[in-house]
Amino acid sequence: MTPEPTFEESMKALEEKVEALARGDLPLDRALAVFEEGLALFRRCHAILSDTEQRVTKLVAAAEGLTEEPFAVE
Amino acid sequence: MDPIALSPPPRPAVPQALTVSQLARLIRETVRANPLLGRILVRGEVSNVQAAPAGHRFFTLKDSGAQIDCILFREDAELLGFDLEDGMDVVVSGDVDVFPRKGNVELVVRAATPAGVGAFWAAYQRTRRKLAAEGLFDVARKRSLPAFPRRIGVVTSEIGAVVHDIVTILRRRYPMAHVIVAPALVQGPGAPASLRRALTAVADRVDVVILARGGGSLEDLWCFNDESLARAVATCRVPVVSAIGHETDVTIVDFVADVRAATPSAAAELVSPDAIELAARVNDAEQRLVQEIHDVVCSAMERVKGLGERMSPRGLRRSVEANRERLQHVYDALAAGGPREVARHRDRLGAVGRRLDLLSPLATLQRGYAIAERMDGHVVSRASEIEEGDALAVRFQDGRVQVHVQEEVASG
Repeated sequence: MTPEPTFEESMKALEEKVEALARGDLPLDRALAVFEEGLALFRRCHAILSDTEQRVTKLVAAAEGLTEEPFAVE
Repeated sequence: MDPIALSPPPRPAVPQALTVSQLARLIRETVRANPLLGRILVRGEVSNVQAAPAGHRFFTLKDSGAQIDCILFREDAELLGFDLEDGMDVVVSGDVDVFPRKGNVELVVRAATPAGVGAFWAAYQRTRRKLAAEGLFDVARKRSLPAFPRRIGVVTSEIGAVVHDIVTILRRRYPMAHVIVAPALVQGPGAPASLRRALTAVADRVDVVILARGGGSLEDLWCFNDESLARAVATCRVPVVSAIGHETDVTIVDFVADVRAATPSAAAELVSPDAIELAARVNDAEQRLVQEIHDVVCSAMERVKGLGERMSPRGLRRSVEANRERLQHVYDALAAGGPREVARHRDRLGAVGRRLDLLSPLATLQRGYAIAERMDGHVVSRASEIEEGDALAVRFQDGRVQVHVQEEVASG
């Protein structure tokens, strides 16, 4: 299984789509496909940025080695 | 006769003599049982330091009126963080013990710190010179921080303002990241080893590590001048940002870290991109995307218009006009509705685009030529591409017919 593309990869890919369109040498069909791919990448980036639930854990030594448990500040 | 009666008469009562071993053991047990002699702190001047081949250190701790032999075992010596040298004023912690073989009462030293500001400074300078000579502070060694860390490690005390500030800032700026706090002692003799363990453990799980401590006295911050901790930072699997004490405190660990932050809050900002800036960058890319497709569509419209002007047959002109109008419609929608309209129109754009691509061949057909295509629309331009039995479509100006190739005729 390939891992989900990271935010960084998605944003880079989105910017590459923009550059590909900006070169202006794509046939119209291809340009529209690139545009559509760009929109999908935009939605993905947007969704990642909208996910504001941060995970904070604490590393603790347990019998079976190191484990993480939830960590709350305050 | 009773053989016992023949024994010599008992000698006058004298205490039973102890063997030397028994005596040594007795002293040892007495010393070990005395809680005043365990886990003690002793301050004195180091003299006669000797390194044993096995890595242990033997030395004498003395003051003006007394001296005691000391031993520092290899594993503790490695964690010391500085080299013991004759004349050093130190505070050691350890236990008094007796070594029967030598008959010596010795202090088994577990940890030591230089005593007094002068000694701190001297030890600091020594470690700094040593690591600098090894190139551990070289700018070329510094790694850049990942632009978008997925997991961020925080090595610090799990209580207090430092961990709170770091987590709060990361939550505000970059909530997508998973923050892993690796608790450690941040002062005292056990701190260097504790910090090293936490750093090494968390480094396997994260993309970048913040090593932080709030402000404190020189003694409080001393553990961050520890040589073994500095080496652990240098060899850490991922980049390390240090934020130790106040901006004016510079520890050895700060020199070795990939980036030194002025405060723990600054460290949190250094490792995290600002989600608001990222959103702006993403939105900017989307706007450019829409602008570019708009330009592509506009230039296609120009092409259609140009063709339309060159065509005389009325029917074709009408078809070109119709396409031009549809493109104009899409263009207007893009201009009026902005980015959100684009998705709604993209299917329509696709249909228009496919028609556009047919336009230039249509001009050829109008002149009475036909075009042979494969069933997938791929144009066949040479007889050599075709084999007997192939299914082809032949496009005329008014439609397509399907044909089957019966035989190849070699052309003259």
